[in-house]
Amino acid sequence: MSPSVIPCQVTPHQLSRRQALLGILGLGGTITGLAVNAGASEHPEHPVAPLDSVSMLYDNTMCTGCKACMPACNEANGLPPDTVLSGGIWDLPADLNSKTKNIIKLYQEPDGPGFSYVKRQCMHCLDPACVTGCPFGSLKKSDWGAVTWNSSLCIGCRYCEVACPFDVPKFEWDHWNPKIVKCEFCYDRLHKNEQPACTAVCPTGAVIFGKRTDLLAKAKDRIAASQDKYFENRVYGEHEAGGTQVLYLSNVAFEKIGLPRLGTSSLGHYATKVTSVIYRWLSGPILVAGLLGVVIKKNWNRHEAESAEQEKETGLHEQL
Amino acid sequence: MLKDLTLTRLVASARVLDTLGSIDERLLRCGITRRAFVQFCSSLMIAAPFGLAITDKKTPEEVAAGLGKVIRPPVIWLAFQDCTGCTETLLRTSHPDLGDLIMNVISLEYHETLMAGSGMQAQQALAEAVKKYSGKYICVVEGSIPTRDKGVYMKLAGRPAMEVLADVGGKAAAIIAIGSCAAWGGIPSADPDPTGAVGVADLLPNQTIVNLPGCPPNPYTLLGVVLQFADSGTLPEMDQERRPKFAYDRDIHEHCPRRAHFDAGNFVKQFGDQGHREGWCLYEMGCKGPDTHAGCSTRHFNEIPDVWPIGIGAPCIGCTEKSIAFRVPMFKVVQIHTLAAPPSAYAPISAPQGVISPLATGAVGLAVGALAGAGYVASRKFSTVKDDESAPGSSTTSTSERPDGDAGPKGSA
Repeated sequence: MSPSVIPCQVTPHQLSRRQALLGILGLGGTITGLAVNAGASEHPEHPVAPLDSVSMLYDNTMCTGCKACMPACNEANGLPPDTVLSGGIWDLPADLNSKTKNIIKLYQEPDGPGFSYVKRQCMHCLDPACVTGCPFGSLKKSDWGAVTWNSSLCIGCRYCEVACPFDVPKFEWDHWNPKIVKCEFCYDRLHKNEQPACTAVCPTGAVIFGKRTDLLAKAKDRIAASQDKYFENRVYGEHEAGGTQVLYLSNVAFEKIGLPRLGTSSLGHYATKVTSVIYRWLSGPILVAGLLGVVIKKNWNRHEAESAEQEKETGLHEQL
Repeated sequence: MLKDLTLTRLVASARVLDTLGSIDERLLRCGITRRAFVQFCSSLMIAAPFGLAITDKKTPEEVAAGLGKVIRPPVIWLAFQDCTGCTETLLRTSHPDLGDLIMNVISLEYHETLMAGSGMQAQQALAEAVKKYSGKYICVVEGSIPTRDKGVYMKLAGRPAMEVLADVGGKAAAIIAIGSCAAWGGIPSADPDPTGAVGVADLLPNQTIVNLPGCPPNPYTLLGVVLQFADSGTLPEMDQERRPKFAYDRDIHEHCPRRAHFDAGNFVKQFGDQGHREGWCLYEMGCKGPDTHAGCSTRHFNEIPDVWPIGIGAPCIGCTEKSIAFRVPMFKVVQIHTLAAPPSAYAPISAPQGVISPLATGAVGLAVGALAGAGYVASRKFSTVKDDESAPGSSTTSTSERPDGDAGPKGSA
């Protein structure tokens, strides 16, 4: 299945380089104010996925842990194998990192024979916290809902790393000009009408690619076909953090395979609930500046009084 | 005894025939069974499963039928600085009939080790063969060619090897450089290289040359190339090192029977240890498999399964690679350049995070506290020192010289 080439929705408060530079030049306040006010209305609590949203469905009951997706991902994205742990022999990353956009992890029951593989990569949230947190719009929701990163706008603040509830964006600590490394849904391949490298190479169909609506229906069919096979008979990612474009089916608890229990409201909505109040009509900055002004005025008045008294005492004008 | 018999028959048959004839005719005359020939053809197919026109998409019977009609190619075999190992690889078949057969499908016009004649007689045979089949014969070169000091380190009937090669190789339809020595210099070219040994391609760059490096190479690779050339006048597809792809496209490591041990992390740590006895991966013993392109891991020697270096527990020395064999130390571990495939080890769900010890936290806290305290004390001192007469820059002499009233508040003057 290949994605249809339909231009996607324009995302909230994405700034062009020019706007970013203008912001630096001092017009930032106005633009930020506009963007934040726009953001409040553009971060609904329960975002609706556009119809052309692409998706991945990972089913851990079908994954054999062959890791075919890992070298495929490295090859498609030009990433070097992470051989730190293996002493230069294998691609053996400990977690998602600046050389790993996709990883197969293993959950083992602490006291029991049970185990499960889990594939981790960017969840491509419908309303991503990293995009909301990115101050210069370097990360954005691109065509078909892929969350992509633009190197020319990134200032390396790593807010995205902090914002992401799934711990996905990674920073190149060992590089003089570091990048943010995260799965971008093989954006280039999507544009070539190819599916992502990991889903293309998966031999068992444990991770499949398709439109979000189709895969959600497929996942629900699987749940319906075998009741109580899957944890809580639900699809992870349908509603989590406002919904994600990567969907999971699991026969063990989602928390155990590293998928955090999250509310159903979008994190962008949550954040803008706060920021929209603080920054409404620049009220927050004006308030802070006003307070500072009061303090400065008070101190200045005291100083004036002191120097006047001194002048009276010595007959000399203050020389500062 | 059998080998002696083979050679006797070979020499005898060589005397009987002076015209080439087809392979079928020759085999019939030498009394070699059809069964042995079909067996030979199937061995050829194992050695070249694809990429060779004579075996492509055919059954052994079809290959035998096709090859039977081929006129036996005249071959002149030159031996220079070599150990005769490449000749041995051709003779040491596990079945004597097969060895006999190999020497009969080609028409070996001149081969110093195998021919009955010697001295002037042999030189005459060479000159005659070159004259008779000029531009049609295949010249097989074994061993490297010395170039230092005008090539005096190896002479053939008084002529330097370089001259012989230029003469015989120059008139050949194609040259096959068998073995690593002929391909690029091999052992004789290893440091300190006293003879200035080079391969055939270095001396005759414009000739049609096929390199079959290996120490020794698989004999079926040679036969495959020779027979295809005799059949259709074409050479198989070659890589940039002029090695036929059908035999040298594979990476030893990618097709190694011990690969599962590599992926599982089972490594031989010392020769003779338990892992070595169990047939574990020899990577840590300096196996050059990951960097070596050759068919050894799938086409073993002497028609016996697992007869090849790694199969008998010796690490690959990378004999088909110019940059490795006899240059990189034999037991030095090589880097894995191919995209490392995942082993049977997995990352845990939550990656191990470093913890900050309370002691370190305390120490840093103390340091920060000390700095802050020192800063506060210093600032206090500076503010009290402001009007201190003994402070630097406000000595009593300067105070007295100061015009009255300029020294600040009167109380302190």
